[in-house]
Amino acid sequence: MSRSLLRTVATPLAAVVFGLLIGAVLILSQNASPITAYSALVVGGLGDADSLLRTLQKATPLIFGGLAVAFAFKAGMFNIGGQGQLLVGAVFAAGVGFGVDGLPMVVHLPAALVAGALAGAVWGGIAGALKATTGAHEVIVTIMLNFVAGNLTDWLSANPWKDNSGNNIVARTPLVEDSATIPTLGAVPVGFVLALVVAAACWFVLERTTYGFEVRSVGHNRNAAQYSGIKVGWIMASTMAVAGMLAGLGGAVESLGVDGRFEAGVNVGLGFEGITIALLARANPLGVIPAALLVGLMEAGASRMQFKAGVAPELIDVIQALILFFVAAPIIIRWVLRMRADNSEQLQLGAGWGRS
Amino acid sequence: MPEILLAARNVTKQFPGVLANDKISAQLRPGRILALLGENGAGKSTLVNILFGMYRPDSGEVIIKDEVVDLHGPDDAISRGIGMVHQHFQLVPPMRVVENIVLGAEPSKRGLVDLAEARKRVVELSQRYGLEIDPDALVEDLPVGMQQRVEILKALYREADVLILDEPTGVLTPQEADHLLSVLRDLTETGLGIVFITHKLREVLAIADDIVVLRNGRVIGETTPADTNENGLAEMMVGRSVVLRVEKSAAEPTDVVLAVDELEVNDDRGQLAVDGLSFEVRAGEILGIAGVEGNGQRELVEAVTGLRQPLSGTMRINGEEVTNGSARDISKRGVAHIPEDREKHGVIAVYSLAENSVLNRYHRSPFSFRGILRRDVIDRHAEDVVEEFDVRTPSIAVTASSLSGGNKQKLIVGREFSDDIELLIAAQPTRGIDIGAIEFIHRRILEQRDKGAAVLLVSAELDEILGLSDRIAVLYDGKLMDVLDAQDADRERVGLLMAGITQ
Repeated sequence: MSRSLLRTVATPLAAVVFGLLIGAVLILSQNASPITAYSALVVGGLGDADSLLRTLQKATPLIFGGLAVAFAFKAGMFNIGGQGQLLVGAVFAAGVGFGVDGLPMVVHLPAALVAGALAGAVWGGIAGALKATTGAHEVIVTIMLNFVAGNLTDWLSANPWKDNSGNNIVARTPLVEDSATIPTLGAVPVGFVLALVVAAACWFVLERTTYGFEVRSVGHNRNAAQYSGIKVGWIMASTMAVAGMLAGLGGAVESLGVDGRFEAGVNVGLGFEGITIALLARANPLGVIPAALLVGLMEAGASRMQFKAGVAPELIDVIQALILFFVAAPIIIRWVLRMRADNSEQLQLGAGWGRS
Repeated sequence: MPEILLAARNVTKQFPGVLANDKISAQLRPGRILALLGENGAGKSTLVNILFGMYRPDSGEVIIKDEVVDLHGPDDAISRGIGMVHQHFQLVPPMRVVENIVLGAEPSKRGLVDLAEARKRVVELSQRYGLEIDPDALVEDLPVGMQQRVEILKALYREADVLILDEPTGVLTPQEADHLLSVLRDLTETGLGIVFITHKLREVLAIADDIVVLRNGRVIGETTPADTNENGLAEMMVGRSVVLRVEKSAAEPTDVVLAVDELEVNDDRGQLAVDGLSFEVRAGEILGIAGVEGNGQRELVEAVTGLRQPLSGTMRINGEEVTNGSARDISKRGVAHIPEDREKHGVIAVYSLAENSVLNRYHRSPFSFRGILRRDVIDRHAEDVVEEFDVRTPSIAVTASSLSGGNKQKLIVGREFSDDIELLIAAQPTRGIDIGAIEFIHRRILEQRDKGAAVLLVSAELDEILGLSDRIAVLYDGKLMDVLDAQDADRERVGLLMAGITQ
């Protein structure tokens, strides 16, 4: 069991190590010390309650975004639309958050979260339904829907839902009501806890339910799924809706827990990082959690790294890209690991002879 | 003339986890036909690929025309006079016969292909060997037997002294197959040598001069048709005595279970593939559908199992109309389906045997409850299937991809047979699996018949149809040529019908 787990995490783990090693070379080339830089990165992300909170806050939407991609992967689909799904989720959660008042928190906060989840589900579901009915490729459709979502949310936050308090000229909604704000438990944002629960739920649905069996069957062998009586079109459409819902929840948590409102341009790129996270997690919903924490930590610690070691924070993006590269090109890693595996086998063999 | 045309001497080839060829020796002399016989996975293909330069042996020698050679690729083998006719033809369908034959070795004039010269040479060649063909026909318009002839001419055009044929009769009607065998016999008279790979014992006995039997990568024995018979060969292949003819009692058909009326079905390209079929299958009988592959069998099976929408016509199961039913609607009525292509439809390769054992009943009690899978029940079920259907596996937790073809098929059969069956649709149920597993699956199918299931058996293996069926329907070009009682059917009669010929 532990050996197969080790085998599963070997590639992503090696990808991270390789990414950091090449990152170290880049830091050296800037005449800075990698040790100083990386230790500043870790302290900046974990050093005290504030930095831990920042890491967890950064990781929360990444978990949702990673799940949105991983879940669709299980049905054999590539959801590039996490960004758009996250944006509509964020703006509609904020809409319910500031637009409704007088509700108690137990009603208002869940209602706002559900609004974000539903908006994302619709956004993902459109791509899934088009795939199922017309065969339109989900990659193309979700990319286009990202643009639609970007412009729709820009318009909503600049026009009907614009914050008109004071002399605000920014395209953003008013702050959400307190009753719709996600609280924080010490250094742990409740949104992060929600993300953990949702990740566990995704794992359970995929591995333990008949629906999950259908999703995985469609992903592994569409013909055999059809043979076994699974409605392949429905599975593709519903899976994309679930994926959209997950991204939408991520957007909702951003609006309600981190930003306190929706502001155009603030969440740019968050949805795309979900792809990195899902690949690093090898599409395993539980693997998404450590992957998101790692990326969240790097982002939380980046400014301290810049301050302490004088390394540009963009280096973090480069390291992330390198990790993604190594995850996506596992042959390179397998090549390196294989060589070492062979050596260790030989060593074992030699030790055996020595004893006998 | 050389003494030995082509030979392997102590050839060994190791693949990860499998010793595919273990010190194999075999030789071909001029003017003779060498049959390589063995089950799937016995090492025939590996050996032939080594002789044709596709693989290099780990040790041992390849000898061409009395000379030890080191082949660096198929080009090397071709230039030394080795020609290969693959099981799947390597032709360009929209091009003419003559273009296909000279492709890659075109005669040219001033840098342009000299088609007139090419045509002249091809006509000459076909006359010399008695292989008549229309050089101007498009390959895609030719029947399969003629396409195979193009492949043979292609090899002869490259001045092959050795022809290697990989399962050449699999796609032919019995008459076409017999014709091919006589053509091959004629070819050897010019001194050509032929390596013939097959798993059909009858053909080996009919044509071979020398027989080499392989099992588990090793040469198990060498013999000649004069010194053995079908049972002897089968025993060598499998390593124990096998029953080639299934013993069965007379059918006792009762009520009609499947009734198909005027069914029309399109294929993937939108061409009519099933053209107005009507037939019935009764409980307690096996209706065999004979026919050369590609005459509408696949579309018929897919329509009957709910995987493909028919254009028109009706289908009834136990009197209830199911014409536009989904796969699940139909399987709910006690219909079991052994699919034609087990990799495509039958199993999910990355799933464990346990998951595969409930592939089409995971949603039913007792395998799930309120949408939650019951892993313990599924595991127990899988253990039962593996045990009862003799699936050779270290555990039910391994993936289906780790099983051999025969064991995958036994798993599928076990899964399908674990409920009470009203109607069994078995499409090519023993394709590409070893004789032992074939025998096992045939017995199980008969068992279902005797328990009262209606069985629709679709197979391209005429021996299988003749051996199992109670009635035989012959499909040609999407139409039923005739339905015969099994006792009135013989190879000759069914074979003619398969070719679309009615007396």
